[in-house]
Amino acid sequence: MIKLENLTKIYPDGTVAVKEMSFEVKEGELCVFLGPSGCGKTTTMKMINRLIPITSGKIYIDGVDNTKIDESELRRNIGYAIQEIGLFTHMTVGQNIETVPALKGWTKTERRKRAEELLELVRMNPDEFIDKYPNELSGGQRQRVGVARALGADPPILLMDEPFGAIDPINRVELQSEFLKIQQKIKKTIIFVTHDIYEAIKMGDRIALMKEGKLVQYDPPANLLYRPKDEFVEGFVGADRALKGLQLLRVKEVMTSPPPTAKVEERVEVIRERMEQEGIDSFPVVENSGKLIGLVAESDLGKGKVVKDIIIPSSTTCTVNAVLNEALSVMLSSGLKTLPIVSEDSKLEGVLTFDAIQKALHEAVQTGEKK
Amino acid sequence: MRRRVVFISLLTLLIGLTIWITSIGKLGIYSTFTYGEILTYTKDHLNMVFIAVCIAIAVGVPFGILITRPGFTKLSPIVIGGANVGQSVPSLAVIAIMAPLLGFGLQSAVVALFIYGLLPILRNSYAGMRSINPAIIEAARGMGMTRWQIIRKIELPLARPVIMAGIRISTVVTVGTAELAVLVGGKGLGTITLTGVFARQPLLILQGAAPTAILAISLGFILGGIESWMTPRGLKLKTGIS
Repeated sequence: MIKLENLTKIYPDGTVAVKEMSFEVKEGELCVFLGPSGCGKTTTMKMINRLIPITSGKIYIDGVDNTKIDESELRRNIGYAIQEIGLFTHMTVGQNIETVPALKGWTKTERRKRAEELLELVRMNPDEFIDKYPNELSGGQRQRVGVARALGADPPILLMDEPFGAIDPINRVELQSEFLKIQQKIKKTIIFVTHDIYEAIKMGDRIALMKEGKLVQYDPPANLLYRPKDEFVEGFVGADRALKGLQLLRVKEVMTSPPPTAKVEERVEVIRERMEQEGIDSFPVVENSGKLIGLVAESDLGKGKVVKDIIIPSSTTCTVNAVLNEALSVMLSSGLKTLPIVSEDSKLEGVLTFDAIQKALHEAVQTGEKK
Repeated sequence: MRRRVVFISLLTLLIGLTIWITSIGKLGIYSTFTYGEILTYTKDHLNMVFIAVCIAIAVGVPFGILITRPGFTKLSPIVIGGANVGQSVPSLAVIAIMAPLLGFGLQSAVVALFIYGLLPILRNSYAGMRSINPAIIEAARGMGMTRWQIIRKIELPLARPVIMAGIRISTVVTVGTAELAVLVGGKGLGTITLTGVFARQPLLILQGAAPTAILAISLGFILGGIESWMTPRGLKLKTGIS
């Protein structure tokens, strides 16, 4: 747990970078420091591992004043990853990851084993990469090594300063998702600095929104979106906050389940009747095992006698754990009004419709505003 | 590969020239220097260069690093500027002024050569340390390395190729400048060259100049090899796809 108490930073030239900041980051939570540049988010973060000295106020790490801990000792127990990565170019990937374990005096075999584990964790093949040099890696790979290095000695706390900021958008989204999966496994207390609201909503258990060195709102992403404290937060969140909220919902929370289904041998008239009852314009077609094999659409009903004649073999689906904006994007680009939702082993789990999405968003906004 | 071919052909040419001149024996009323004499002067020459460059390294490297440390950066224009002035004064003048200050002898020659050879080492040490990506230093600090560990494990290995290049340049330049040391009482291959100048015998001048060139080229080649050997493998690789 990290606790900031009246934390203030004034630079020698009189600039007030951080002013009377007080809040707590709970153990195992990913806390995003969000705000425009110059809001003090990076300064606040760097005071936690004392890369920047504190002017006044206190930072407690598990109840201990961080200025009472030896500087190097403190930093060796806090993972640190930055946008520019700063890999040691004269050392191999393995040596880079082993940096903190080596400083802590682990044996060679222990260190090597740890480096291999961490490379596995960030989904890089240890045999292929452990003896490579940073200059032989792509930008995304370097960033993964940077994260692995920060986790080197298994520190309980991780500080990350825009760790995915320098990566192209496609790789960034992928790295974010992967990192979230990693965090589910390792459950570290993480401070994650970013100026990107989308990234903040996606990554954060809680977001600390800052402005001119002050904490404006400290809340879970949903509250920030739907219950902005003041005009600044509203402006920062943006007029499309309802759309941004799509990222906070998962498909399984919104889909219709159990879904209406059709079997290959069913007669077309029966299907037509059921479609009218349910108000849905297409049904997923399943095998007896529950495996999805295709769709049957209302517009095709006149073209055959049984479902088998008019089935559209389906390849467009979404998994239950996808976030809502991914599913919506699939629906928009494929033209499907009813999207079959499948489990990881491609069994049909439900269907997603535009109506359902709209209802869910409306509810989220309303409950948020009412609270 | 091409570097090696140039090096070997130049060396062969210069050695051939030296052997030819030495074998002539008589040039008018003057006799050419013997192999024994050339070898002795070469030893003296190397000795002088070695002492001067060692002092220049001992002073230049720590000072070059020191002026990149926080709190000393203000000194860097003064120190680098000072060394620049030392370099811009003609070598002949630097050497000549040592005689009235320190008297005739090896000490004057060595001090003059040291002043003249300091700049490349100082400047490259400074530049080598400064050229390191600040993000690397920040990452090292953030991971809990102490100042000394950062210098030893991160900065010095990264700056080493540039520092070594400074030492190589300084050595090669000093071998040439040491020709003039004879003017203030230092011994060396300059003795042969100067004799040739006074005797107005071009071949005699060449008998001193050719071995000096052999020394300079060979030392440059050897130190270049050491430089490449001391460059960490990770730094020799071309920057990958990004």
